[in-house]
Amino acid sequence: MTIQHQSSDVQAAAPARAAFYNDPTVRAIFWQVVVCGAVLALIGYLVSNALDNLARQNIASGFAFLDLPAGFAIGEGMIDYDPSNTYLRAIVLGVLNTIKVAVAGIIFATIIGVIVGVARLSPNWLVARFATVYIEALRNVPLLLQLFFWYALLVEALPIAREAYGPIMGFYLSNRGLNVPLPDDIGFVFPLVGLLLAIAGSVWLYRRNKRIHDATGETPNTIVPVLIMLVVFPFLGWVAGGFPTAFDTPELKGFSFNGGGVVSAEFMALWLGLTLYTASFIAEIVRSGIQAVTKGQWEAAGALGLRRGQILRFVVLPQALRVIIPPTTSQYLNLTKNSSLAVAIGYPDIVSIAGTTLNQTGQAIEGIAIIMAVYLTLSLSISAFMNWYNKKIALVDR
Amino acid sequence: MTERTVQPHEDWSRPPAATTGAIGWMRKNLFSTWLNSAMTLGALYVLLTTIPGLIQWAFIDAIWGDNPPEVCKNVPGACWSFIYEKYRFILFGVYPWEEHWRPLLAMIIFLTLIFGSCIKPLWALGKWIIAIWVVGLTMVGILMWGGILGMEYVDQSQWGGLPLTLFLATFGAVLSFPLAILLALGRRSNMPAIKAICVAYIELIRGVPLISILFMASVMFPLFLPTGVSIDKLLRAVVGLILFSAAYGAEIVRGGLQAIPRGQYEAADAMGLTYWQKMGKVILPQALRITIPPMVNGFIGGFKDTSLVLIIGLFDLLYTTRLAFQDVNWRPYFVEGYVFCALIYFCFCFFMSRYSQWLERDLVKGQNY
Repeated sequence: MTIQHQSSDVQAAAPARAAFYNDPTVRAIFWQVVVCGAVLALIGYLVSNALDNLARQNIASGFAFLDLPAGFAIGEGMIDYDPSNTYLRAIVLGVLNTIKVAVAGIIFATIIGVIVGVARLSPNWLVARFATVYIEALRNVPLLLQLFFWYALLVEALPIAREAYGPIMGFYLSNRGLNVPLPDDIGFVFPLVGLLLAIAGSVWLYRRNKRIHDATGETPNTIVPVLIMLVVFPFLGWVAGGFPTAFDTPELKGFSFNGGGVVSAEFMALWLGLTLYTASFIAEIVRSGIQAVTKGQWEAAGALGLRRGQILRFVVLPQALRVIIPPTTSQYLNLTKNSSLAVAIGYPDIVSIAGTTLNQTGQAIEGIAIIMAVYLTLSLSISAFMNWYNKKIALVDR
Repeated sequence: MTERTVQPHEDWSRPPAATTGAIGWMRKNLFSTWLNSAMTLGALYVLLTTIPGLIQWAFIDAIWGDNPPEVCKNVPGACWSFIYEKYRFILFGVYPWEEHWRPLLAMIIFLTLIFGSCIKPLWALGKWIIAIWVVGLTMVGILMWGGILGMEYVDQSQWGGLPLTLFLATFGAVLSFPLAILLALGRRSNMPAIKAICVAYIELIRGVPLISILFMASVMFPLFLPTGVSIDKLLRAVVGLILFSAAYGAEIVRGGLQAIPRGQYEAADAMGLTYWQKMGKVILPQALRITIPPMVNGFIGGFKDTSLVLIIGLFDLLYTTRLAFQDVNWRPYFVEGYVFCALIYFCFCFFMSRYSQWLERDLVKGQNY
């Protein structure tokens, strides 16, 4: 009775609704309209200014310039290019150069980073100190300074082409870079195919043996068949290719080398700088990831009789990986973005080529739009890949 | 029943291996296993091959003091005379020579402000800190520009070296902070349009390198301004740095906001607080407190990133260092220059990273939620 009475009382009082302008929904819509309007107005204002300025300075707009001949030379690239090619081709070349240095940097930064990170926790006092000094020295100095330093060191400290170091037949190290011999016969494709087959076979065998191990506890031998495959398959390919032997070796002609391939000093400096700098950050991430695994895991694994290396490999690292992957992803993204510093030491990456394009055509907006679009695509691809990998290794909650 | 027997050790008469003292320490930390011993020997080998040579180069064979470049020729060691000759140029750039006391004083004020803000007991001053910063930065501005109090006017195009680096880093960090908070709040907002704008901004900026933002600042900003209005190169770089670090700061603040338990939000709502009261009086004071260590790390990153402004032609510390050995006489001594410059950056960054680590430990102390 009383309850009913009270509720009807409340109902009677309810009609006094709040004013419509105090309704949260109305307010939310109002504020969103205001903010969107302000942003659109700002963009519109900037665009109209830009159009005015462009018209006044007689600068074309749009991407028609991509089909024009670029007219500038580019030091190195993975596709053929000469100044009479279009801007588009030059830009593609720049993107490929950026990807090349980013991929090389990511691979080596990961390897060095993991080694240094593990070394920092080494029971060996001296090795741990070494790792600490490495990390602190490299991550507290700007990357750009390190790049300048490596580049200056390579260019100034290495001999000129005529006096290049050539300890191994066909390889020459000079201040122009590292000249290497390249296979010069279509028959070399066959051993390469053989090598790829051997790698694929090794991966398959590793997985199969791991499955057997997980299911039965037996440990089939993996190393011996893998080594046999790695030797025999390329050899069979070499036989199938008709025993090719021709190499295009670099030859000193005048002041520079002709023939063969070259890893330029710019690439080496950029790659070295990016790798060592990013490795110092990855090392810290690896260290904190390993430390995040509780001591009990180490002790339990030790009680099972595993050695330190085995504990790391089978128990600690798989768990640490879940902590390590997300921040490492952002280090990979940083490395890719930092490769844009190439412009400072003259490596023809996308920023430097788009920058030249922008200077020649005067079309600043398009040039910067290209740079941003390229990096956004690269960043999103790397994050998508790493997210996929992270999901794959994530702890499955049961 | 198995019988327990003590196996007599071959040589009970010898004392056990030392586990304390220098020998014990070495046995435990350097030679515990054969692999460990091998690594120790390898590390010792590396040390013995590099350190003596380095000391020889940097100290024993080095040329110190005020010497002309000719003295350094064909000397195997470092030529610190180069630094002696050029340190004022490296530190202050092309700022008029007789007026160098002004950037020096400005730098001291800057450092006092930064270091002072790091001292925790002084945080009790609360809002006064902001006032002190405003006064300090005004003094820095007066000193650097001059033009009053009998000081000669110096245009900002003549600023350079360490004061410029500190100026860019500090303004980039301080002025991006309010924008970062707004972006973080926007990203966690319930209003879809505002959330979308903030997410788009943050992800766009974080997806592109700083160089492209600086390029944008140097070549695109002038196009976006109405005809006849132009802004200075330094200002454009600062705006670029602010827009860039705001996106990163926003993610740090968002982390702090997410770490605040839901109960705090709900309690504030239950008290009938408006959105801004809730954020300003309840959530942000707690969230910002836990974001201080990552903010310091962000500041270190920003401090190193200021070196990129040389690409758009500002005379920061790295650029003045490079200009110093562009001088024909001193060309071969780039290593000395880079070492000097790297040491300056290192001192700042190392101090700040240690500070942030200490702060991280200190802030969790005595926290009871």
